[in-house]
Amino acid sequence: MKIILKDIPDLQKLDIYESNGGYSTLKKALKDMSPDDIINEVKASNLRGRGGACFPTGLKWTFMPKVTEKPKYLCCNGDESEPGSFKDREIFEKNPHQFIEGTLLSCYAMGIKTAYVYIRGEYYKWINLLQKAIDDAYKKGYIGKNILGTNFSTDIYIHRGAGAYICGEESALMNSIEGKRGYPRVKPPFPATYGLWGNPTTINNIETLANIPEIIKNGHEWFLKIGEPKHPGTLLFGVSGHINKPGVYELETGTPLMTIINDYCGGMIDGKEIKMVIPGGSSMPPLTKEEALTIKMDDASLKAIGSAIGTAGVIVMNEDTDIVKVLERISQFYYHESCGQCTPCREGTGWLMRILKRINNGEGRIEDLDLLTDVSQNIEGNTICALGDAAAWPVKWTVKKFRDEFEKKIKKESVSLPVKNKVHSLR
Amino acid sequence: MNNNENNIILFSNDELKNIEDIKSHYPDSKSALLPVLWIVQEKYGWISEDSMKCVGDLLDIPYEHILGVVTFYTMFNSKPIGKVHLQICTNVSCMIKGGRELFKYVSDKLGVKNKETTSDGMFTIEEVECLGSCESAPMMQVNNKEFYENLTKEKIDKLLEELHKKNI
Ligand SMILES: Cc1cc2nc3c(=O)[nH]c(=O)nc-3n(C[C@H](O)[C@H](O)[C@H](O)COP(=O)(O)O)c2cc1C
Ligand code: FES
Repeated sequence: MKIILKDIPDLQKLDIYESNGGYSTLKKALKDMSPDDIINEVKASNLRGRGGACFPTGLKWTFMPKVTEKPKYLCCNGDESEPGSFKDREIFEKNPHQFIEGTLLSCYAMGIKTAYVYIRGEYYKWINLLQKAIDDAYKKGYIGKNILGTNFSTDIYIHRGAGAYICGEESALMNSIEGKRGYPRVKPPFPATYGLWGNPTTINNIETLANIPEIIKNGHEWFLKIGEPKHPGTLLFGVSGHINKPGVYELETGTPLMTIINDYCGGMIDGKEIKMVIPGGSSMPPLTKEEALTIKMDDASLKAIGSAIGTAGVIVMNEDTDIVKVLERISQFYYHESCGQCTPCREGTGWLMRILKRINNGEGRIEDLDLLTDVSQNIEGNTICALGDAAAWPVKWTVKKFRDEFEKKIKKESVSLPVKNKVHSLR
Repeated sequence: MNNNENNIILFSNDELKNIEDIKSHYPDSKSALLPVLWIVQEKYGWISEDSMKCVGDLLDIPYEHILGVVTFYTMFNSKPIGKVHLQICTNVSCMIKGGRELFKYVSDKLGVKNKETTSDGMFTIEEVECLGSCESAPMMQVNNKEFYENLTKEKIDKLLEELHKKNI
């Protein structure tokens, strides 16, 4: 079942998109549906955000004030900087008009006249691809003033980021659009009351928005039948690592991980064994081989084993992988990307990285493992945005699930120390 | 610092027109800062203090704010760099497919370390975070634009030669 990455050649072109029913949902909705009809349909469909937190999209939209003097805004989040994630760029490349149509329907539903698409600065190529699609849609009267002859008007602008993972966090993203450093804001107030330039704002992920046209076209009952009812629809799984065919695969929620790895990704390179799988971007707690063998890829199944679906960016690692080195690299990333506003995150991320470095350098102590857990628990929940949690989770859970890997490293290294130290370590 | 910030002709007339258009995308012209900084960097390769002051005059933003923004975002260069900026990803998916070895190979080959520029001013190398292209690991970006994917030492050798020729 494919909702977004359909097997239609050249679907990125406007005429091909149109000849496959593209923009007809917008046309129909502007004629036959009220904004509330659309919100109700999305609510009933149980669409959950694809940006990482699985928040119900329809519910989010109801937070927007209906009557207000202020302008309202939509931010389309294409920052896509969580390591292991590369699915939104696939939409810009393969089906940009469905994302645009979804954005327009969302703007109509919430009474929004301006949408900004925030795209990470490194996606130069994809920014140009989307800009081309936007330009074409403007020319055909799908975007702009009096869309399709109605009194609905909306503009869509791309805002290019400049290298900062934190700008994917919704309030940092808004500051970045405002021309500031990408510092997350303290919440409340929430974006729906005080967002861009202090006005009501909704932030949605690119994939979330790309789902909207098909939901409106086919109805919520159709959508609810796809995948897991509690987390319905498809996900764009971006799979990388030690597999034969890495790539983006659109599959129903609840697809077993091993089906993805074996049937779609061509299995493990050289037939090696799995050691660890990160299920949804590097901040998600990793899975052991045993967990990987049986897990289904949806929100509830992953939560049940202490992980989460995140961005559905799956990183598969084989038996030869040095888990402690991988974790050090992950910690290095969050340390580098911490914006530095909150002390637990600013100091804690560096602390975690340094402990992991010393374990990898053969200077680790067995107490370091409890220290890693302790530091990560003191970051978690104590920061104004979830970057702190994103840094803490992989450390806490990797130490818990792969403790023997760390212990082996700490013990083995101490055995190979020079003789005088060996004597010391025997005491 | 010379007192010449107002004399610098940073933008052509076409660019100024483009900037006016960009400003119209936002209710507050200060929000045009990132796009305008991109125009400067794409034209000059980096963003100098003079450029920041000039942009500040144009958008009515204090220099200190602009400096804060330029230094916050990793893709903005507040110092001149080489003609060819090699941005090699060493984050997890690339790392487990040899990204670090690739970085070391390039570093040894060019005789420069992370964020350094070769003495002829040609290449600057930088270890960067995940570029959102993990399926084609190991990979790198060049000059904030093209992605080069599924890299091997052989591919790198050829590519460096080509880039050198093209930019001499
Ligand atoms: C540190 C951090 C980085 C984030 N990066 C992204 C991102 O790159 N793309 C994205 O869609 N959401 C990202 N998010 C989540 C957003 O804050 C927000 O929840 C999401 O864009 C909402 O869209 P959705 O409800 O459609 O999922 C990030 C959150 C945090 C805390
Ligand atoms: S880890 Fe290198 S592109 Fe994602």
